[in-house]
Amino acid sequence: MLTIERALVDKIVAHARADHPDEACGVVAGAAGSDRPARFVAMTNAERSPTFYRFDSMEQLKVWREMDDRDEEPVVIYHSHTATEAYPSRTDVSYASEPNAHYVLVSTRDADEVEFRSYRIVDGEVTEEEVAVVEGY
Amino acid sequence: MAIEVRIPTILRTHTDGAKAVEGKGSTLDELFADLDTRHPGLRGKLVDGGRLRKFVNVYLNDEDVRFLDGLGTELADGDDVTILPAVAGG
Repeated sequence: MLTIERALVDKIVAHARADHPDEACGVVAGAAGSDRPARFVAMTNAERSPTFYRFDSMEQLKVWREMDDRDEEPVVIYHSHTATEAYPSRTDVSYASEPNAHYVLVSTRDADEVEFRSYRIVDGEVTEEEVAVVEGY
Repeated sequence: MAIEVRIPTILRTHTDGAKAVEGKGSTLDELFADLDTRHPGLRGKLVDGGRLRKFVNVYLNDEDVRFLDGLGTELADGDDVTILPAVAGG
């Protein structure tokens, strides 16, 4: 199960809406081993594409170093789908490389309603999990 | 010639869980061949058909080696190499 503060959900959704029709992506860092997403980091989609995303490699190095220095890990890795449902695509599964992360998918295909779902992706296997949105930890 | 190599979580199965290992080589290609002698299978996760795999980022100190000379990038004693899986999808 992913437990996440409402303010973080709002930031992820706002980023996805702002970048629509391109896919938006980013991470929410948290203390290593805590499973608590805490620090929102919007990333640049180096592909600037409605069907693909990739973190900019230099920005990724900077952010991953910061997390290392703060003893954090990427608790949530999020991206948006802009024309399809919030379910991991085949490419999402084949490139998933953080077995400890919650992979959050947001769909912005509907202008009024938002889909916000979370998955574990380990060894090519997708498992959807419940999302508990809380006011604070 | 010792070069420190930082290993991402997903590849630590090849390094007995170690976050960083040491290796030697005058180029990145030689370094990966050297690492593979002690950490079998690691090279195959980084290199495919003589080229760096597309969804692996390798940095020499603070530079993405794709902007240097890829696997031919020259290394010097005391360099740091960082490996990160690209975060990507569709």
